Amino acid sequence: MQVTMTVNGESVTREVEGRMLLVHFLRDELGLTGTHWGCDTSNCGTCVTWMDGEPVKSCTVLAAMAGGREVRTVEGLEKDGVLDPVQEGFMRCHGLQCGFCTPGMMLTARALLDRNPHPTEQEIREAISGQICRCTGYTTIVRSILWAAEHPDGPTPAAAEPETAGSAS
Amino acid sequence: MTALDKSVQEAAVEHEDLEHADNDKTPLGHGRMLRKEDPRFIRGMGRYVDDLQLNGMLHLAILRSPVAHANIVSIDVSAAQAHPKVKAVITGADLAAQGLAWMPTLSNDVQAVLATDRVRFQGQEVAFVVAEDRYSARDALELIDVEYDVLPPVVDVRKALAPDAEVIRTDLEGKKDNHCFDWETGDKDATEAVFAKADVVVKQDIVYPRVHPAPMETCGCVADYERVSGQLTLWTTSQAPHAHRTVYALVSGLPEHKIRVIAPDIGGGFGNKVPIYPGYVCAIVASLVIGKPVKWMEDRTENLVSTGFARDYVMQGEIAATKEGKILAIRTHVLADHGAFNGTAAPIKYPAGFFGVFTGSYDLEAAYCSMTAVYTNKAPGGVAYACSFRITEAVYLVERIVDCLAYELEMDPVELRKKNFIQPDQFPYTTKTGWVYDSGDYERAMDVALEMAGYDDLRREQEEKRAKGELMGIGVAFFTEAVGAGPRKDMDILGLGMADGSELRVHPTGKAVLRVSCMSQGQGHETTFAQIVAEEIGIPVADIQVVNGDTDQTPFGLGTYGSRSTPVSGAAAALVARKVRDKAQIIASGMLEVSVADLEWQKGSFQVKGDPGRSVTIQDIAMRAHGAGDLPEGIEGGLEAQICYNPSNLTYPFGAYICVVDIDPGTAEVKVRRFVAVDDCGTRINPMIIEGQVHGGLTDGIGMALMEMISFDEDGNCIAGSLMDYLIPTALETPHWETGHTVTPSPHHPIGAKGVGESATVGSPPAIVNAVVDALKPYGIRHADMPLTPSRVWDAMQGHPTPPI
Ligand code: FES
Ligand code: FES
Repeated sequence: MQVTMTVNGESVTREVEGRMLLVHFLRDELGLTGTHWGCDTSNCGTCVTWMDGEPVKSCTVLAAMAGGREVRTVEGLEKDGVLDPVQEGFMRCHGLQCGFCTPGMMLTARALLDRNPHPTEQEIREAISGQICRCTGYTTIVRSILWAAEHPDGPTPAAAEPETAGSAS
Repeated sequence: MTALDKSVQEAAVEHEDLEHADNDKTPLGHGRMLRKEDPRFIRGMGRYVDDLQLNGMLHLAILRSPVAHANIVSIDVSAAQAHPKVKAVITGADLAAQGLAWMPTLSNDVQAVLATDRVRFQGQEVAFVVAEDRYSARDALELIDVEYDVLPPVVDVRKALAPDAEVIRTDLEGKKDNHCFDWETGDKDATEAVFAKADVVVKQDIVYPRVHPAPMETCGCVADYERVSGQLTLWTTSQAPHAHRTVYALVSGLPEHKIRVIAPDIGGGFGNKVPIYPGYVCAIVASLVIGKPVKWMEDRTENLVSTGFARDYVMQGEIAATKEGKILAIRTHVLADHGAFNGTAAPIKYPAGFFGVFTGSYDLEAAYCSMTAVYTNKAPGGVAYACSFRITEAVYLVERIVDCLAYELEMDPVELRKKNFIQPDQFPYTTKTGWVYDSGDYERAMDVALEMAGYDDLRREQEEKRAKGELMGIGVAFFTEAVGAGPRKDMDILGLGMADGSELRVHPTGKAVLRVSCMSQGQGHETTFAQIVAEEIGIPVADIQVVNGDTDQTPFGLGTYGSRSTPVSGAAAALVARKVRDKAQIIASGMLEVSVADLEWQKGSFQVKGDPGRSVTIQDIAMRAHGAGDLPEGIEGGLEAQICYNPSNLTYPFGAYICVVDIDPGTAEVKVRRFVAVDDCGTRINPMIIEGQVHGGLTDGIGMALMEMISFDEDGNCIAGSLMDYLIPTALETPHWETGHTVTPSPHHPIGAKGVGESATVGSPPAIVNAVVDALKPYGIRHADMPLTPSRVWDAMQGHPTPPI
């Protein structure tokens, strides 16, 4: 069947099997491999994307169900070369290690902050409780999201260049 | 300010500082720095195995046994073969015809790639399908018809050696029982003599249940064999690419130089990605047969039911002490469940890994351990899940039994531990089982933890709560690890010495590339290793590229597990940098026309002693090394070096952990309220990364202590085969971690670093269990086995605790 949807602002049309999962559509058909897959039972949340502004587990959505809708993935978080504050927060507060859960965590965090710009630690923990991180122990993820909440416009000018150890010099 | 105050204050500062963990101070070497790898991960640009798409790539899926133990009567693959999108269907018989049905495990046992005669655990590989896409490959599995003649399974490890137990390993000639191996350490007679004279002897059965590392990325690979060149490239989830390449060469007969193993970004490993799994071999065989790239990616159930599990030790612990609380000896017998094949990944002379450190952090008179390992109808594995080669089990045993002793002596667990610690002036300390602990100051670490936790106040609060019938527990654990395997005279895996290589190349413009044999699974090697080199050679961290995970691009070495990256590869990185610096010094002496001895190193430049105006930077030297003009006599052009580091001893990180739990008396639910972890991993390269490693391990501890268990029903069905049944901590079960540290450098490591990757996984389970048992003291409970789920805690409260198997 043919399916058309908007992904990160661009309209895409593909011929797919009716049973194809959105996660495989994004990864295998569109090459958007930032969305990950980590379980068979909708428990891990490494596959979280947005559909019409709401976080969904893309392993539990058929590509066909996303027809006509707006999908946003981790690749759509950065806008015109400017990182989302959530991305900044994760980098600055060591909110990731292997990076496998990170795209899903960041998308949930963005949705939370859009709804609730000043969440408490407990609200953050609840928001990400459908997702598993096996590396960080969550404390730094919570910090990362709090950082993003405190910096809705991104880093202050003084720290505008988030130099990582990898920045070119 | 006392040293203790200072440490506590540092711990507090460390905490605040994290919010601003940026590179403002851009340390030229060790210090808090953001990670080089993060810019790609936060953009979804990590490259994991399953992200790889090659032209013409096919997909492989594995048919697995639905039963734990059965003879295979027949396999009919005709319907699967007829599927229009299927390219090949391969069974054990097909592999056997090529001599590929069995492969060696890392413990010199063999394991079936695909079952030929018999299946020996539920989830064992029986056949595979290669098809044009992943869905079709899975469809075709449904079309394979296997007839099984079911045999009685051996599920309970305690019954594996019963005379009527069905023999599992009929493939081993003359095998008449399920015995796998016996092992012992320590002095049996001396220990018996000490026990005989002791005032107090406490015995406790302690089970460390089977658990699973379950990294968020499952295991998989893409095998690409090019017929014309005879080159095999394998992109794979491997923590040890070089070791894997050698094993593939030995098994397949392909020449080693025609095999390239690449581990791209790995989505967590924790030991799960050390072994070679049948799926990798199947993908290689498929690509060899079909001549196209083949991808195999297991699903979560396959990961949980068939890949390397961890623990599964049934331990009988005994501790002997004086009535004043001086510990005299520890003795234990262990029944070890190794599953259907002995797939333990440990140095070959250490079939029980490093369990021999079960004497813990205490100065004893004697110790003895005997172990019986058996085969059961369960998945193979045994060393995984950040266990530091079974130190998790050893530390759990000693820290639990010490608490049992405290219970019997009615002594505070901190006081008891302090009374028995190995003292700073006793290092290097040789334990009664022959381990030479390199350095330590245990009491100091314990004091920092007590101070951070406010231990005395907590005890007072507990007393008040108990008076009101509330259940609050305070658990203390102290651990010493042995990591950084290991000296090649003692340690090898399948005949490969456990050394690691490192190569540093400084380019003409003074930028550098470091190639290392270890492999990150999220630990941040690209950052930490650049910092190690920067510290030694004064080139900014940003100017150092770290390459790992590609056997064609890195020197040989045994990879990343057992917390060995920093102790072994980190040492190699520091030493190779020093080697380059030595050469740079000679070139600098030519440039400044002074003797080598007249130069002093100023982190980044050589300066003429006493004449600060005359100096050359490492960048100047690099250009000169590659440039025109003569170099000092005997010096070749270029600025690079390679070394292979053979550690002279293991390193021994340690730590003091304090856990506070509250238990709901109505539901028996355990809530971890606070957790204070003070770690000493010697020299700290990047405190931010260290803290992250500790947090992750502490969370593992919550999982093991309270939630995780790979369990089986009596038919050998794995009943933890999905994340609905195998529970992993989320942000809701996990507290806000509180970390602190002390620094006791390793005397033999070039930069004094000890490694920290598994410390918290080792140290946290006993702290949590000790806290739960402490909370249950009003019920007269001295011990309860993990995982302490509400139902198991409830049973314990009712006076009938259930063992976990
Ligand atoms: S892949 Fe695990 S929840 Fe979607
Ligand atoms: S960073 Fe590895 S799973 Fe979260």
